[in-house]
Amino acid sequence: MSVREKFDYELNSAQDQLIGISKMAVEALSKSVKALLTHDVDAALEVIEDDVEINKLEEEINDQVILMIAKQSPVATDLRRLIVTIKVASDMERVGDYAVNIAKETIRIGKEDLLPQIRQIEQMHDLAVAMLYQVIDAFVEEDVLKAKEIAELDDQVDELYGDVIRKLMHAGGEHPEKLSQITQLAFVSRYMERSADHATNIAEQLFYLVKGRHYDLNS
Amino acid sequence: MTTISPIKIKKEIQPKEQHDIKKSVYLTKQLNLWYGDKHALKNIDLDIKEHEVTAIIGPSGCGKSTYIKTLNRMVELVPTVKTSGEILYRERNIFDSNYAVEELRTKVGMVFQKPNPFPKSIYDNVAYGPRIHGIKNKKILDEIVEKSLRGAAIWDEVKDRLNENAYSISGGQQQRICIARALAIEPDVILMDEPTSALDPISTLKIEELVQELKKDYSIIIVTHNMQQAARISDKTAFFLNGEVIEYDDTDVIFSNPSDKRTEDYISGRFG
Repeated sequence: MSVREKFDYELNSAQDQLIGISKMAVEALSKSVKALLTHDVDAALEVIEDDVEINKLEEEINDQVILMIAKQSPVATDLRRLIVTIKVASDMERVGDYAVNIAKETIRIGKEDLLPQIRQIEQMHDLAVAMLYQVIDAFVEEDVLKAKEIAELDDQVDELYGDVIRKLMHAGGEHPEKLSQITQLAFVSRYMERSADHATNIAEQLFYLVKGRHYDLNS
Repeated sequence: MTTISPIKIKKEIQPKEQHDIKKSVYLTKQLNLWYGDKHALKNIDLDIKEHEVTAIIGPSGCGKSTYIKTLNRMVELVPTVKTSGEILYRERNIFDSNYAVEELRTKVGMVFQKPNPFPKSIYDNVAYGPRIHGIKNKKILDEIVEKSLRGAAIWDEVKDRLNENAYSISGGQQQRICIARALAIEPDVILMDEPTSALDPISTLKIEELVQELKKDYSIIIVTHNMQQAARISDKTAFFLNGEVIEYDDTDVIFSNPSDKRTEDYISGRFG
């Protein structure tokens, strides 16, 4: 039996909340891209509305962690877990913000036909979302090897991003009338690339939690 | 354990300073100690450096107090004690038959859990050791008393009441009088056996700050049940369990990323 049952219970509940905010953020990201692809303005509006809940949950997690640090004097793994919880919650909240940004682009683009580069953005989305789900799994299982694979996927996202931006710039020359959409799509691809980076950051946090050392998964 | 070699480690918590260049004050080699049949200390190897604060932590009955009392051979007061191995104090084995215990205890002062001033005046408490060592000159004694009380950060609080009984002041002040009494014989090492466990938080912090000051001139070995205290004031921490040293490392490492799971479980309050 653990002599710190209450603390362990609180740690578990913070972990559950972290998994909760993570799933909400990734679902929001997926929903926003789907809304973009299907010109679904209603779904885009829902993403914007639901973000309030993600932000609220991040604040709750922070408050809970602050209380635990103040009252339980955690050390070593316990302390790393709490610090990592705050940082991962912040990464995920940011992913939720990208979903909101994409939803806003969706509303701006409206019913206008999408340029063919959207297919590559969709691929970026699939990769970024896969990375985020994988990093959530890695967190639940504390599996650093799984976390390490995420860094490799990030390279693919970065390549796609470079390619999309080049093609969009080229399209700008050919279709000056589409300049507004080109700009929106360039932003959307940027949000995808950033979301994948957050997945990598979270993977690094998992390494720190498990190993107690800082690893660079980006090099 | 899984190895993850190809990934670059950016940074890890490093020892703050080079400890290796510091001299050892106590070098314990394969120390074993028995109380009758009870094997209380098992193959202890510890290298304690000078001008550092070394904390000894561990659950009740782990041998930490026994160890610290072995360092000034106080443990020999227990009739059934047997030891093997060596403790080198400044490169000399304290168990050597020709090592005079009085000489050792002149160099190694001790402060106990409960303040234990003598039922004498504050002045006489501090002057006690020097007088035993033959100092009778009032002027020299005055100087020693003032210097020791200043060293124990209590001079300003008691300078106008040196002739009052040491029992008339608070517990936290009494403990600092006991530290001053230890300083008066100009020791090299100060052993502290849970020196703040009977004190309130403010007195505790005063003693902790004092320990930080004292390490400039002395080497300090402190047994504490207060994990945060060990984390706050010590340079090195040794974790004892069932008479063994489980882990001995820089305090920064012990409290952020200990190598042994038993250390982690103990410092994070999972047992003990």
